[in-house]
Amino acid sequence: MLHLILFLFFGLLCVAGAINLLAQSHPINSALSLIVVMGSLAAEYLLLGAEFLAAVQVIVYAGAIMVLFVITIMLLNAGAEERTKGSRVAILLGVPGAVIGAVLVVWTLLFRSNTSAVTIGALPGGPQEIARLLFHQFLLPFEITSVLILIAIMGAVVLASRPDAVAKRHHTEAPKAMPELVGAGKEH
Amino acid sequence: METIPLSYYLVLSGILFVCGVLGFLIKRNIITIFMSIELMLNGVNLSFVAFAAQWHSLSGQVFVFFVMVVAAAEAAVGLAIIIAVYRTRETLNVDQVNLLKL
Repeated sequence: MLHLILFLFFGLLCVAGAINLLAQSHPINSALSLIVVMGSLAAEYLLLGAEFLAAVQVIVYAGAIMVLFVITIMLLNAGAEERTKGSRVAILLGVPGAVIGAVLVVWTLLFRSNTSAVTIGALPGGPQEIARLLFHQFLLPFEITSVLILIAIMGAVVLASRPDAVAKRHHTEAPKAMPELVGAGKEH
Repeated sequence: METIPLSYYLVLSGILFVCGVLGFLIKRNIITIFMSIELMLNGVNLSFVAFAAQWHSLSGQVFVFFVMVVAAAEAAVGLAIIIAVYRTRETLNVDQVNLLKL
């Protein structure tokens, strides 16, 4: 019973945060409500027995990625967004369509899917079990993702640096490097 | 051992994913659109973990790690692109970013 209450509490917190993300017009408010969503998702993972995943969710998602978002928002001094008027047909057709679709999906999942119940804590998800799987069976994907993240870091540095700063650095470095090259060429 | 129906988790994950899609479609600020993508990824992660618990297989949880790594890489590159776009156009409104070349 306690588990169900905790699930419902954090689930509602999650949905409230997601809806608040849509409702807010200032990006910093959206970012903060996204942090609420991620934190309560970490609690849901904890309920499912994925302890290590919950810790990583808080550290990487709610920590690192959201700090990146908040820093970008502050760096660009982003103000409230301008609302554009949507078309009337889209609202007239889209809202009932979305409601019908949502009701159908929820009804199917709750009453017509042959999924059983999840036993809480039956699957140990501690660091030891995860690491054993990650460094044996999934070693190659692990290494490939580490290369991917290295490339992403370099890409971010190249994209975010000023184009004129890069050009200036080339100009200042080029005269220094040139005489040495010329001198080396003469010696040979 | 206490149990919670798997369908509850799937419904929650579906709601999160739909909120992400809605945000992607109706938001006009490019950073908020980017955050909606993260919301979608989180919704999918929840269903991964729920299915991992149901099938008693940790592979689902390991896959969530890979999703997180890809999301982190995507966030770094995407936010750098946003900074570059803002530097050339002085706006974050996607309606005004409608040309590939300035």
